[in-house]
Amino acid sequence: MGNALLEINQLNKSFGRSKNIVHALKDIELAIEEGELVTIIGPSGCGKSTLLRIIAGLDGEYTGKVTLAGEAIKGPGIDKGFIFQEHRLFPWLTVEKNIASDLSLSDKDVRRRVDELIELVKLKGFEKAYPKELSGGMAQRVAIARALLRNPKILLLDEPFGALDAFTRAHMQEVLLEIWRANKTTMIFVTHDIDEAVFLANRVIILKPRPGEISAVVPVELPYPRQKATPIFQSLRLQVLSRFEQTEEFAFTEGAGI
Amino acid sequence: MSNSVKTAAAHTVSQELGGSINTGEGEKTRRGKQSGDRVPLPKVLSRASRLPSAFLKNAAVGAAVPVILIAAWQLAVTAGLVSEQFVSSPLAIAGALAELLASGQLLHHLLVSIERAALGFLIGGAAGFLFGILTGLFRKAQYLLDPSFQVLRLVPNLAIVPLIILWFGFGELSKIAIIVSGAFFPLYINVFTGIRNVDQKLFEVAQVLGFSPIKRLLRLILPAALPHIFNGVRISLAVSWIGLVVAELVGSQAGIGFLINEAKQNSDTAIIFVGIIIFAIVGKLIDSAMKVIEARWLNWRDSFKG
Repeated sequence: MGNALLEINQLNKSFGRSKNIVHALKDIELAIEEGELVTIIGPSGCGKSTLLRIIAGLDGEYTGKVTLAGEAIKGPGIDKGFIFQEHRLFPWLTVEKNIASDLSLSDKDVRRRVDELIELVKLKGFEKAYPKELSGGMAQRVAIARALLRNPKILLLDEPFGALDAFTRAHMQEVLLEIWRANKTTMIFVTHDIDEAVFLANRVIILKPRPGEISAVVPVELPYPRQKATPIFQSLRLQVLSRFEQTEEFAFTEGAGI
Repeated sequence: MSNSVKTAAAHTVSQELGGSINTGEGEKTRRGKQSGDRVPLPKVLSRASRLPSAFLKNAAVGAAVPVILIAAWQLAVTAGLVSEQFVSSPLAIAGALAELLASGQLLHHLLVSIERAALGFLIGGAAGFLFGILTGLFRKAQYLLDPSFQVLRLVPNLAIVPLIILWFGFGELSKIAIIVSGAFFPLYINVFTGIRNVDQKLFEVAQVLGFSPIKRLLRLILPAALPHIFNGVRISLAVSWIGLVVAELVGSQAGIGFLINEAKQNSDTAIIFVGIIIFAIVGKLIDSAMKVIEARWLNWRDSFKG
């Protein structure tokens, strides 16, 4: 401890008041090193999105300490890139203007970086397309490029591929890993897909609901690129799955609504 | 839809014709013309109206009903069914129009009218726009101002005309004031509504991307509200045009309304019709121009186009 990029100590978050109080997050302790790709997995209602929104600065009401590069998080900003489940592009802007957003494309530096990112997320030829003309996967790649243009210290992804079909999703996972290798951007990726969690991560963090707590951390030391259809991948997957099922059972006995 | 409307219109026309003149011939010519229009109709509707030729075809379809009605009208007047003193024939109106055009009078009065309407629209519309932004952005401004605006909005525009005249007299100022009072509200309400309809999720995006307040207004709120703003502009323009008529009929020395008033005193029915037609045509042209601009600016929208 002391030199991790992101540090979370004794993080607690609850909704509601006195009698109907719900512990969304309880005693979260987490340190993420620079350049890591960590996935957070858990059943719905375990607080994984809430945790991500707190890190992003979108949710400010909590107790405990959350620091990014040694500084307490004061609110949302470009140092914390955020990818939502829906692409949330500006429908009135073309792909390149969406990536630039509040920055001007007539600025040479911005222009060059936007072109590089379009190349990186494989959208060459779609610079002038409007979001309505893009598929879900393409739109999500634009959203990723938009976040990366700001050189975030950390990229937070909240089930970004949840709405995509299985093939697109597998392709997007490859694209994300390529970006990660090329840019060395630290990423936290929230998902409820075990395959996805194991395929992407250095570390899989399993959350259990009510109260949202870290129930296990599974390091994944497989080299990249990974093959899903290998025994070693499958054994790791099973390891995560068995941990996950324990939390599921626990959740059911506790009567959490899933 | 336009197909059935057209058929219905053609029906009434042919009924009228059947009641008055030679049934067989009238029906035949109508039917021939109608079926000629009807065949390409589905094609025209399915094609995007960006192509000029498609646009012209759409315009031709839209013109069919007026053309038929005017023909029937001319026939009714020449047949002596209506008195020329109350309803001028289209030919007489065209004659009066040609005369006014040739003398340059029409252009003069039209320019005066357009200037008035434009000035009133710009002042009233700009005020509506600014107050709409103010109340749309800030809840405190909304609580402070919106109830008053809503009450004033419900006062019929024409009811305050006597008051405006009492305050500003019969001069140019009162005319502009009448138009301003009408142009204000449509833009005010639509800008307010447009801002309040901006997707909350996109505000989060603006937060995450670190938009400054100015950028948030210019790059998020206004573009997102643009469909509503356009709507407001179009209604404000239409109301300005109506306000213009009222203002000019109340008393003026120039303008299309003055032309109509003068013709009324001289019992020159044809010129009254010319004035009405000019009001209609210019109003329609302004609205169509707005539609073209709107289609261009809002081409990013992914909505049902019919």
